[in-house]
Amino acid sequence: MVGYLVLENGEIFEGERIGYNIDTACEVVFNTGMAGYIETFTDPSYAGQGIVMTYPLIGNYGIIPEDYESDGIFAKAVFIHELAEFESNFRSKLNLDKFLRDYKIPGLTEVNTRKLTKMLRDAGTMRGYLTSNISNIDEIMENIKNYDIGKIVDKVTSKEIKIYGKRKPIRIALMDYGMKHNIVNSLLKRGAEVTIFPANTSAEKVISVKPDGIMLSNGPGNPVECTFQINVLKKLYESDIPILGICLGHQLMALANGAKTAKLKYGHRGPNHPVKDLKEDRVHITSQNHGYYVVEESINPKIAEVSHINLNDGTVEGLRYKNKDIFTVQFHPEACPGPEDTAYIFDEFIDLIKEKKDAKK
Amino acid sequence: MPRNKNIKKVLVIGSGPIIIGQAAEFDYAGTQACRELKKEGIEVVLVNSNPATIMTDKNMADKIYIEPLTVETVKKIIEIEKPDSILPNLGGQTGLNLAMELAESGFLKEKNVKLLGTGVDGIRNAEDRQCFKDMMESINEPCIASKVVHTVEGAVEFAKEIGLPVIIRPAYTLGGTGGGIATTMEELEEIAGSGIRMSRVNEILVEKCIAGWKEIEYEVMRDSKGNCITICNMENIDPVGVHTGDSIVVAPSQTLSDKEYQMLRTSAIKIISALKIEGGCNVQFALNPNSFEYAVIEVNPRVSRSSALASKATGYPIAKVATKIAIGYTLDEIRNEVTGKTYACFEPVLDYVVVKIPKWPFKKFLTANRVLGTQMKATGEVMAIAPNLEAGLMKAVRSLEENVDYLSLDKLKKLEKNELEEKLAYVDNERIFVIAEAIRKEISVEKIHEITKIDRFFIGIVYKLVKMERELELNKMNSKMLEKAKKLGFTDKVIAKLSGKTEKEIKELRMKYDIVANFKMVDTCSAEFEAKTPYYYSSYDDENEVKESNKKKVVVLGSGPIRIGQGIEFDYCSVHGVWALKKQGYETIIVNNNPETVSTDFDIADRLYFEPLTPEDVENIINVEKPYGAIVQFGGQTAIKLTKALSDMGVHIMGTQEVDMDRAEDRKEFDEALNNCGILRPQGGTIYTVDEAIKVANNLGYPVLVRPSYVLGGQGMAIAYDDKEITEYVNEINMIAQEHPILVDKYIMGREVEVDAICDGDDVLIPGIMEHLERAGVHSGDSISVYPTQNVEKEHEKTIIEYTTKIAKELNVIGILNIQFIISEGKVYIIEVNPRSSRTVPYISKVTNLPMIDIATKVILGKKLKDLGYGTGLYKKSEYICVKMPVFSFEKIKNADTSLGPEMKSTGEVLGVAKKFEDAVLKAFIATGTNVSTTGSILITVRDKDKEEMLPIAEKFKKKGFSIYATSGTATFLKKHGVESTVIEKLWEGKNSIIDLIETGKINFVINTPTKGKEANRDGFKIRRMAVECKIPCFTSLDTVNALYKAIEDETGEEDLTPVDITKI
Repeated sequence: MVGYLVLENGEIFEGERIGYNIDTACEVVFNTGMAGYIETFTDPSYAGQGIVMTYPLIGNYGIIPEDYESDGIFAKAVFIHELAEFESNFRSKLNLDKFLRDYKIPGLTEVNTRKLTKMLRDAGTMRGYLTSNISNIDEIMENIKNYDIGKIVDKVTSKEIKIYGKRKPIRIALMDYGMKHNIVNSLLKRGAEVTIFPANTSAEKVISVKPDGIMLSNGPGNPVECTFQINVLKKLYESDIPILGICLGHQLMALANGAKTAKLKYGHRGPNHPVKDLKEDRVHITSQNHGYYVVEESINPKIAEVSHINLNDGTVEGLRYKNKDIFTVQFHPEACPGPEDTAYIFDEFIDLIKEKKDAKK
Repeated sequence: MPRNKNIKKVLVIGSGPIIIGQAAEFDYAGTQACRELKKEGIEVVLVNSNPATIMTDKNMADKIYIEPLTVETVKKIIEIEKPDSILPNLGGQTGLNLAMELAESGFLKEKNVKLLGTGVDGIRNAEDRQCFKDMMESINEPCIASKVVHTVEGAVEFAKEIGLPVIIRPAYTLGGTGGGIATTMEELEEIAGSGIRMSRVNEILVEKCIAGWKEIEYEVMRDSKGNCITICNMENIDPVGVHTGDSIVVAPSQTLSDKEYQMLRTSAIKIISALKIEGGCNVQFALNPNSFEYAVIEVNPRVSRSSALASKATGYPIAKVATKIAIGYTLDEIRNEVTGKTYACFEPVLDYVVVKIPKWPFKKFLTANRVLGTQMKATGEVMAIAPNLEAGLMKAVRSLEENVDYLSLDKLKKLEKNELEEKLAYVDNERIFVIAEAIRKEISVEKIHEITKIDRFFIGIVYKLVKMERELELNKMNSKMLEKAKKLGFTDKVIAKLSGKTEKEIKELRMKYDIVANFKMVDTCSAEFEAKTPYYYSSYDDENEVKESNKKKVVVLGSGPIRIGQGIEFDYCSVHGVWALKKQGYETIIVNNNPETVSTDFDIADRLYFEPLTPEDVENIINVEKPYGAIVQFGGQTAIKLTKALSDMGVHIMGTQEVDMDRAEDRKEFDEALNNCGILRPQGGTIYTVDEAIKVANNLGYPVLVRPSYVLGGQGMAIAYDDKEITEYVNEINMIAQEHPILVDKYIMGREVEVDAICDGDDVLIPGIMEHLERAGVHSGDSISVYPTQNVEKEHEKTIIEYTTKIAKELNVIGILNIQFIISEGKVYIIEVNPRSSRTVPYISKVTNLPMIDIATKVILGKKLKDLGYGTGLYKKSEYICVKMPVFSFEKIKNADTSLGPEMKSTGEVLGVAKKFEDAVLKAFIATGTNVSTTGSILITVRDKDKEEMLPIAEKFKKKGFSIYATSGTATFLKKHGVESTVIEKLWEGKNSIIDLIETGKINFVINTPTKGKEANRDGFKIRRMAVECKIPCFTSLDTVNALYKAIEDETGEEDLTPVDITKI
């Protein structure tokens, strides 16, 4: 069945519908990964967005449930160039089309994704509407205009406290703003007990469990919408507990300390972003997925210093807080999808916690 | 770290002649390196024995030595030039091995020469089997169970321990020479034996065979700070077991989930970090298709064939960046030239797919074994870029120029299901076609996977193509179906054939439905950033990304894949054509499909189209670019073949016109042209059938030369001595339907002379006359060619100049032409005129100092030779003697006949330059790798008609102190004329058998002239193969032996030769 993606600038892209047959508005963003569509589609940071995959063949290795980064798909839609007809991988359990239908997610294939990507690159991220019927374009444009991702973190965070890796020597509180599974796994692998807190948990509650470290997860949406979480972080900042923030967690900690965030023209979404570790003078290839960034000039140098920058556009990729055991990164050291080169961030975090624990002893 | 300012003068080592396993990719890498070093203001000294390369051009380096790539010679060059550093990792295995030998012997340290890039330890840890294994163990990276051994017994013992089958990999050889899979103990003994012989250090690796696993490669870069990136990963469609150079390869990987992708990526980065690579590196993995189990197969600590492919596939200039790293820069300091904004320190992402298919030489070697294994057999490759794999595969298939436009071979059509299943198990160059045929005969994807172990995903791609064929055959044509077929890569010609319409009808339909090719950009970043480099591929998506331009544009057609008969020389010509046009203010467009070449580098032409060289594909480009004209005379036969199509499209053919090109090829018209000029040529006729051939041959009188029209490299050409032979040859030619008649000419035995010239319509400029040492009958590409001529009389020289001028003007040549003459019994004949550039253009340009292509381009653009300052007629002779010698890759192709004849067999060439003829010949022999001994033993076994001529040769060698072995007939003849020799039996067993003599290394040279016929079961054939496999020089033409004798006569050794800087001649 023919389907269309209507953009807020009035451009229409035609394709064949795949997945669940429902019309939807979304914020249209592109991801440049050549592998990793399973992790991407299940990454809660895409909540409210429609994902354009720039790699032209999607679904080649089928769908592998053990690679899901969350319990479902939080994105609103997917736009691809071609859906693989013959998927093949020893772990594959189903195909992409079925997967989308199971989670009630619509999609379009046979889209000129390169043209679409160039348009998003040149005009900036746009909102759009996926539909099979473009006869009433005014109504569609109205839908697009009214679309707002809003306070989306509340919709993707876990509903209750969960504990993994019980009775491990290092105890970490993980603030779930829409986290990817591999953040938990990365901590578990390093010998931690991980307690997952819903995003609406108070600072007092978190501190009350006496964690050795606090991990702030990734998540979707505009960080300034997260007023509750920012207030929580102000308090956690004052505690003496080591904190590591990733992506949205990084942005929220910066906002909690008076810095500002802004929207990137078209975001960083892909597995190939070079990030320079300024202290080590080394560049690492990182996995990224963010539409907002922390404005360097807004950072109070007395509070934090920039530890990492993006080599492509110079934006802030990491902050180290002064006289605090707090550091945060904009990229995704947990990878999945993408390169594993910055997994050392977790090591640093765990080492820091261990040092601190040893010192206390 | 910025550039190391202590580096002021660098020696760059090239890779030598084109051989199987080492093709044009290193000219591409070396050229990028030289340009980069010069840009940095570093003085470049270059050594390479291959004169056809762009890197040995005068504007590429400050000092250029076209000299043998041996330790001895390179040492001398270092002593003369005193470079402060040496760049070893861009000259293939040859360059790397040389640099290692120089370093390990302490010579570099002694002369204070620094090895740039990866250190000696890193190279050794990657190259030496045992060191590599130990290193992998130390960093916990899995290798395949294996053991290094130096004896056959050791190999057998280990194989008993780990079980058969096992793979044998010789150390320090390129393209896996001498390796193979052994499934029985007998095979093991045979392969291990030859592998040990071929290895520079007599060492082989015996390893567990993991055939059937996926083969995945990663191209990785690392700088001195330790920053690591992967440029690209690639997946071989053929599972482990087929050499990656012989595999169909796709980029990026298709069947790996992110987990597998990252697992291997992380491993690759761990490995290059441990090896402390500084530059580019290639890591090959085997991956169990049913688990996460993997093993590291091999690491190449240098730029390789795969890196050339990865460069072209991604747009990331690996060799250039590797060079910058070698001189001190780090990845975060190097700009990404494609975007101009970002840095080289990032990983390219593709929004298209790339398919590479190897180009094999089996059409040249009818007796050769076509089975693919661990020994690479391809001479070149094609690459295609498309939005989907189906179209990529279709584009690549037609880029091969095998007269095949889709996955269908006539000879497979008649096979039954069971025959196809049998054939599927047989891994050869046609397997992808067998798979398609199997699908047509309804063998299931599952079954095909079971037999071939090729991933279902890839078989699914072929399935989709076959399904499309069926749709076209069965359904009524409509716009939807037509669009789908075009998106899957079907040409109009194929669609027409399948749907029962004409090509013209399909094209008209497409125009009606507005289904036209659009071009997309290769930009390294999937459109995330705006790209500056105009590097395009076609697709049938909407939106055309080609930037409008109002400049006068000229299309230069490239020459496609490297093959025997059409090698790197034509890329040299295309690239120089582009440069010359640019200098004259034109905007240049290059079309080519060979990822190994300089011409497909994005910064050569103003616009690069990576496309098949077929009429339809070229027309798509013409429609978009609307060029002022096209130059076809530089791109070899590939480009020439497109002349008519271009004319029909209304493209202005610049230079010699199509009708005149035809006059040079069409028998009757050519005879007329020669008649008009009063030039002699061997008598002959044209025929279609065997009966006609016999009639013509008997009229002319045997021997006669038989050949098809419009071919390159003398394909299918043979000398027939009787009715039986002519029958055999004509039948062979007619196995492929012939559009044009077959030519039968009187064979004249004489001295063959060759000329490259430029004609502007009024005047002709001849840089030099070249003489072949082998008499007519040996293909010019396989002959030793000498410039200036040594044995051509003044009057004949005059005749040659006169004839060249006359025929060039008669054929209205504007631009370049090549003429082959025969001088026999005081008469000069013309045997061939090619109104296009030839394989001798690069070398003659270099040694005469006449930039032929530059001059030809100016002439094509309307300039007159008189005004260009080089004069007209024959250019002044060089005081240096230059000997061009062919290089063969016979040891790579089992059962290929090594005897020389009218069909070209060499893959590459070397040049020897010296003041004395003898020294130049000696240099050339050394450069080909011939072990030139001045004492020892020779084995002579020649056919009866050569015995008379062989006698003085035998006498000469005898007098020089060689002992002579001969087969009984030859020995009897020698004895009768007073030359003693040891008679050996042609028996294949026992002491003093040929096999024993050759294998035990008692023989230094073999002289064997082939008897009639081309059959593979003759003794002579076996002797030649045995010699080749034991690396003993085997000469099949007595003229070559005479040349060899000249080289060794006065006992000059390599130590007595002086390297010549050709920029000074």
